[in-house]
Amino acid sequence: MELFSTANDFLLWTRGDAFNIAVSIFLIGVFIRVLEIFLMGRKVDFSEPRGTEWGPGLKNIITRSVVDNGTFKRAPFVVIVGYIWHIGFFICILFFIPHIELINAMLGIKWPGLANPLVDATAAVTMFALVAMLWYRLTHPVLKFLSTYEDYLVWVVTFIPLLTGYLAYHRMIDPYPLALGLHILSVEVFLIVFPFTKLMHTITLFIARWYSGAMMGRKGIES
Amino acid sequence: MNKQTLLEMLQQQGISRRGFLKYCTAITSMMALPPSMMPAVAAALESARRPSVIWLSFQECTGCTESLTRSHSPTVEGLIFDHISLDYHHTLQAASGDAAEHAREQAMHDNKGKYLVVVDGSIPLANPGYSTIAGISNLDMLNETVAGAAAVIAVGTCAAFGGLPQADPNPTGAVSVSSLIKDKPVINVSGCPPVPTVITGVLAHFLTFGSIPELDSLGRPKVFFGQSIHDRCYRRPFYDKGLFAETFDDEGAQKGWCLYRLGCKGPMTYNACATLKWNQQTSWPVESGHGCLGCSEPDFWDAGSFYKALSIPDGDYAKASGYAVAAGIAAGAAAGMLNKKTKSDAVARHTKVSVDDFAVNKETD
Repeated sequence: MELFSTANDFLLWTRGDAFNIAVSIFLIGVFIRVLEIFLMGRKVDFSEPRGTEWGPGLKNIITRSVVDNGTFKRAPFVVIVGYIWHIGFFICILFFIPHIELINAMLGIKWPGLANPLVDATAAVTMFALVAMLWYRLTHPVLKFLSTYEDYLVWVVTFIPLLTGYLAYHRMIDPYPLALGLHILSVEVFLIVFPFTKLMHTITLFIARWYSGAMMGRKGIES
Repeated sequence: MNKQTLLEMLQQQGISRRGFLKYCTAITSMMALPPSMMPAVAAALESARRPSVIWLSFQECTGCTESLTRSHSPTVEGLIFDHISLDYHHTLQAASGDAAEHAREQAMHDNKGKYLVVVDGSIPLANPGYSTIAGISNLDMLNETVAGAAAVIAVGTCAAFGGLPQADPNPTGAVSVSSLIKDKPVINVSGCPPVPTVITGVLAHFLTFGSIPELDSLGRPKVFFGQSIHDRCYRRPFYDKGLFAETFDDEGAQKGWCLYRLGCKGPMTYNACATLKWNQQTSWPVESGHGCLGCSEPDFWDAGSFYKALSIPDGDYAKASGYAVAAGIAAGAAAGMLNKKTKSDAVARHTKVSVDDFAVNKETD
């Protein structure tokens, strides 16, 4: 018996059971990882605080997202291309109208989207930047030495949703339900891999940056 | 097969050669053939004899027949239907019972190997008694009739893909024609109902070339099902600009903006509605303000709400997410506890070593 009788059948599966499975694994994984971090706790600090924690913590989330001069001078390529693809990736996810529809259906919130050609161009630039990042990783001797299997896995699961989305939008895979199904499936793979790889930095970076800022604030140092 | 050629029949009805050539031009363009092919089409149709057509209606709603009989003379489809020999169509024919069945058998016998079989409706396999004609089960009648046919045209989504009868949980075990007929060419003309012009286009192709048109992966003629509704939709520029109707009566709807957010399935639907239109090219669903239902695609009844955007998941994701969050919290708390226990166990196992301990060791040496 064939697994899927038609491309539509496949699309229905990716929009139905596969989506539920992927979202469930994603949520379970994320909650385990975040709770583990918070439940780890910290030793009670008996020293007298010299400042507040919350304000400097939140400020640090922003200031640490801005490039400092030293890092930029050391690795301008990583900084520029890294910013380009991260911002492009989020524009594609958050401002493509069909994606907003999905978020609205699931969370009940929505915002204005961008015109399709803008998202399309962003996707192309983002993919180009991601390929450049991979090329840099493969050609930089130190980076290549430090790269693990996980680094490449994460690159692949990030790149494929962009590629399949681009192919689906331009209808370069025939028939369209197959193209859309492959795109949705690739995002589901991304969701499943997310909690168990360094993709978790999407969430943990806020915790980490807040914590460093809060510690600095407590010690009376500018975050 | 009737002795008269198509041209002779048209002349009998007072249609001039000029009119005939105009009709051939329309057919040529409809079949997406280059204009240079027009003389070939005319030559083929001039000498074409009326092919015998046997029309079998199985598990269907007669919507397909309704659609096809709405072709008003002198449209292309009207002319074609006047000039095929529709020898058996138990919904339309005057004869009934044995006389009707006799007509079918006669047509099969007289035109063996040459007649066309048009099927609308799916075939029930769960129990042959679910749908019978003159006491003959649909499956038996299909096999018997198709045995001597030149080709089979599956009209409508029920015949082409199982359609509504096959929708979950498919109580009659309904299947499509192409899943049963493997030794004859089967042309799927899907749609619920299909565009009448598409049927006549397929018939015209058969008359002109004596072969079946090029088909897509789902067995549909590429000429009509080669492009999606979305690609040919006149509202497409609004999609690209990000202008959408959000309800059926808002400003966007009044201005004719894209219906994607209201659940239009145009992007995944391959059909000719956007170009051929309906009711003598009056309008088509999207032009009338309603999104495409995707009726020419397999499983369209089971593809979720007609009013949900295509990008929205179809399952009960809220429930699944709820369980997942609960499970994640429980598992995360358990993992946290386990980590704490590991930590406290390590502390408990830790034995303090003092200078005296070393002294004792020294003595024992």
